Amino acid sequence: MRQITILSGKGGTGKTTLTASFAALAKRLVVADCDVDAPDLHMLLKPTVMRKQEFRGSKVAVMDRSKCIKCGICEERCRFNAINELEIDPILCEGCGVCAYVCPAEAITLNEKVCGYAYVSTIRYGFMSHARLNPGEENSGKLVTLVRHNARQIAQKEKVELILNDGPPGIGCPVIASVTGVDLGVVVVEPTLSGIHDMERALKMLNHFQINPLVCINKYDLNMENTKKIEEFCMDNGIEVAGRISFDPIVTEAMVMGKTVLEYSPNSAVSREIREGWSRILNALGSVDHV
Amino acid sequence: MIISVASGKGGTGKTTVAVALALSADEDVQLIDCDVEEPNVHILLRPKIDEERPVYSLVPAILEDRCNLCGKCVDLCQYNALFLSPEKVLFYPELCHSCGLCAIACPEEAITEEKRQIGVVRRGSAQKVDVVYGELNVGEPMAAPLIREVKKEVDREKTVIVDAPPGASCPVVESVYGSDFALLVTEPTPFGLHDLKIAVEVLRTLKIPLGVVVNRAGIGDGKVYEYCGEEGIPIMLEIPFSKEIAELYSRGVPFVTRMEGWREKFRNLLEKIRRCSPA
Ligand code: SF4
Ligand code: SF4
Ligand code: SF4
Ligand code: SF4
Repeated sequence: MRQITILSGKGGTGKTTLTASFAALAKRLVVADCDVDAPDLHMLLKPTVMRKQEFRGSKVAVMDRSKCIKCGICEERCRFNAINELEIDPILCEGCGVCAYVCPAEAITLNEKVCGYAYVSTIRYGFMSHARLNPGEENSGKLVTLVRHNARQIAQKEKVELILNDGPPGIGCPVIASVTGVDLGVVVVEPTLSGIHDMERALKMLNHFQINPLVCINKYDLNMENTKKIEEFCMDNGIEVAGRISFDPIVTEAMVMGKTVLEYSPNSAVSREIREGWSRILNALGSVDHV
Repeated sequence: MIISVASGKGGTGKTTVAVALALSADEDVQLIDCDVEEPNVHILLRPKIDEERPVYSLVPAILEDRCNLCGKCVDLCQYNALFLSPEKVLFYPELCHSCGLCAIACPEEAITEEKRQIGVVRRGSAQKVDVVYGELNVGEPMAAPLIREVKKEVDREKTVIVDAPPGASCPVVESVYGSDFALLVTEPTPFGLHDLKIAVEVLRTLKIPLGVVVNRAGIGDGKVYEYCGEEGIPIMLEIPFSKEIAELYSRGVPFVTRMEGWREKFRNLLEKIRRCSPA
């Protein structure tokens, strides 16, 4: 089983559109939507849910006023400033348990809460593992880990050889959870100064976790000068640029129609460029040592 | 007052809007970039940095000669950051939330806490705008503690604009918490609408008044407008899709400084926000 994660510093629509198109090209695979904060991929892949599971990733402290002797120790010890005037703010509470531990009156308990749901579904191209974190919850790293676990499970059961992870934005916990142990990390970048900055940070992160990187330039014709800069940067660092995809409003049109670009406009330049990119990604995957 | 600029997803033009607001205001403005995983404000504003300070989090250090492997710390840690092996307690710093519970609870006083740098906070200025941003060390999983440090720089005397990270989870809550108003930047597309709905849910749980800025107006469809209408969410401003804006952004140039009439529009936007927020 091989695993690829598609990343981009800033999320945005380019990456998800690309992931969906790659899924269409791969024909039979498991797609894992690791962007559990704001998942979009299901809008293009239209999964049919087979299994839904609760995700209990964290706890929250609850105070029993009738037992509280108002000593204030909990407030003093909470490092997340979640207790103010002996009132626990469930939004700020990280469920660490310090207050419950230090309370001399045993007035605080930690309660589990449902933080979201994980799904395993069928799609036109195989299977999909996805999830939805309830708004404002944390622990999306853990939920990403669950999504990837579910993806591997269904891949094994159904003998699917490829898992494609659509990564979350950023470089923090959820992203780290989406790249650990994958064979290839594909960084999608737009030719903007901030795009380049984000790409460099994403590549550093991949390097940190010793994951083979590839770069894909989306909307490359928006700024040729920056596209050149990206290509030079990749050349200097020995990173392959797997694809250059042009800017075209049909990408948005396809999205409005709920389709991948390849389905909406198979003969367009964008579709051709996506196909080329995908074949380079598969080539690169073939040359990565399989562990 | 504190105005947060947020969006359910990155790439919607959040930073462009935050910077445009800051550059258009007549009064003294502080612009705080809470997107510590991918800070971009400084790329558009290129502030002169006056101060840089490291930010640390506290992590446990286990004194092996004192530890009798009782396992209490391992049982109590809510984040599975500690693991009991036959010879010693193993610590996984990427899972630790720095809550301090293990050190409090160890009966042998075998745990002390030490500082570990997780990133930096920088403060500087660009024209009339005070800029504060944090940068999380690469490979460091916890953004929230750094965001808290960045937010300590908030100067309530000024108009404060917070550029929040994308998404809807904990770092976003940490960033927008305490704001008087939130501007949600979205695109008029199915993805934009879907992400907007998620962002609205978060802000409503926090009870922050909100309004929408439609960016790249003209692409996509009309569903964002229908949704805002149904939900009674005011559309505060529309920025049309324009290659010129995209091109300026790609070079790191705030479009309000180059395109006529936009400063005025953003000044009006600030006025509208003042009228909409209770503070
Ligand atoms: S569980 Fe932790 S974060 Fe929550 S209130 Fe108690 S001490 Fe604070
Ligand atoms: S530590 Fe316990 S008794 Fe003391 S104020 Fe907190 S809840 Fe009340
Ligand atoms: S609680 Fe203290 S003594 Fe017990 S295993 Fe942990 S470090 Fe060792
Ligand atoms: S400080 Fe808290 S999160 Fe970190 S290891 Fe100790 S108990 Fe676990």
